Amino acid sequence: MNRLKDLKGNNRVVITVIGPDRVGIIAAVTTILAEQGVNILDISQTIMQEFFVMVLVADMAGAKVDLIDLKDMLAQKGEELKLRIDTQHEDIFNFMHRI
Amino acid sequence: MLTIEEILETIKMVQEENLDIRTITMGISLRDCSDANHRIACRKIYDKVTRLAGPLVRAGEEISREYGLPIVNKRISVTPIALVAEASSADDYCCYAETLDRAAEAVGVNFIGGFSALVHKGFTGGDRKLIESIPRALSETERVCASVNVATSRVGINMDAILLTGAVIKKTAELTAGRDSIGCAKLVVFANVPEDNPFMAGAFHGIGEPDCVINTGVSGPGVVRSAISRVGDADLGELSETIKKMAFKITRMGELVGRAAAKKLGVPFGIVDVSLAPTPAIGDSVAEILQEMGLERCGAPGSTAALALLNDAVKKGGAMASSYVGGLSGAFIPVSEDAGMIAAVDDGALNIEKLEAMTAVCSVGLDMIAIPGDTSVETIAAIIADEAAIGVFNHKTTAVRIIPAAGKQVGDRVEFGGLLGRAPVMAVNRFSAAAFVNRGGRIPAPIHSLRN
Repeated sequence: MNRLKDLKGNNRVVITVIGPDRVGIIAAVTTILAEQGVNILDISQTIMQEFFVMVLVADMAGAKVDLIDLKDMLAQKGEELKLRIDTQHEDIFNFMHRI
Repeated sequence: MLTIEEILETIKMVQEENLDIRTITMGISLRDCSDANHRIACRKIYDKVTRLAGPLVRAGEEISREYGLPIVNKRISVTPIALVAEASSADDYCCYAETLDRAAEAVGVNFIGGFSALVHKGFTGGDRKLIESIPRALSETERVCASVNVATSRVGINMDAILLTGAVIKKTAELTAGRDSIGCAKLVVFANVPEDNPFMAGAFHGIGEPDCVINTGVSGPGVVRSAISRVGDADLGELSETIKKMAFKITRMGELVGRAAAKKLGVPFGIVDVSLAPTPAIGDSVAEILQEMGLERCGAPGSTAALALLNDAVKKGGAMASSYVGGLSGAFIPVSEDAGMIAAVDDGALNIEKLEAMTAVCSVGLDMIAIPGDTSVETIAAIIADEAAIGVFNHKTTAVRIIPAAGKQVGDRVEFGGLLGRAPVMAVNRFSAAAFVNRGGRIPAPIHSLRN
């Protein structure tokens, strides 16, 4: 099973990228994150039913933007690349899957 | 330690299976707004509601975006207006309804509940004025929802109140005839009403509640149906286990969002209402869950048993996920708001009698059912009395939200639009109960109410 790192803190976001595979997806996403001071903690990727799926866990403690602005930036980049990019606070996943 | 599968499961639940938070409802006490002068009372109400609920919609939208989880409705419930308005000399309480409607519009919520009276044992002057104001209040406002509690397991069933509300339903239907009697979709008659229900149209802010509180209602019939479909021909024990796990996950979302909203707004968190609330959207149907369990159509023999399993498993999973489960908590079976229910009625699989049986094992009751406009007040009252009896004698909440669609007959349809949906007009038993309901008085409480 593909496990993402167990990390502590309350500023973490989960970024999911889903869509057809192409050159430069990771570069496009990580460039935005670097520019905005968002520290990537973990990246996993896989191919599911011919779709490229990438999950990034990132820390926003030193970020220049808030979560909602980052979400918009990434979603816009996703549209350019014809991918779906979602940015969500990590708590939603912890709350649903961990007691 | 999250796995990529878990993250993708959550995303799939939201994007493909219609998982959402159905409502964040802010409960606001209006007990400090009473005044002998109804104009002053109304001003206090408007000021308090807009002050406390002003940031509600924005907070909901922010949370929705942060978590990537849709929050469909932001709503308000208030102290039953009969209690607040009673001190004033106003002869009818439509001015209070109008004030609530204006306040709701100002803060941007789509419904405000609490144009309500609790009359299970009898009426005060204010209760009677409120109930008599309901038809005009609902026809002249957009967002106000009304409810009347006519029975409890403790005191029995107030038949006088049922007869009065029967007439009120009929009059509301007539006053809103031009819009398919939509007024009745905003009026619920309860037995054993919960005081912290966040779902409309029956929400109000109970008298044991704090000054202001946030309650959430979760949804997710599509998620449960998909989970059942994935386990294939599993036996009923395994089916229950699967539903429990899904209900747990759904409820955790409600708890997370409720707590986040309460924190943002600086008010206490109340409860999560663990309910499967359908919408007219395809795939967001409780009837389809029952069909996925193996019924050819909802309403077929076996429907009550299947619904009992579903309702119980939802409660069990939900109760483990949150310490503060409240409200109605179970599966809703409204007809007009559920595409699978509508199809079952159209196919002749589902009738009012079967729905009544199903309400004995799930939350709420006869909900969003259109009946012919010429149904008598006594028959409507008798339907309410039957439903109240199921609630009172089984120690559960039941309710009736029925629409005697003015000018319509069996086979016609009513169309409300939005979350309220559309419904075929259903046949009602043509034999009369007039002599029974006209006896009036109160059906005594069942023997198991004598517990002290």
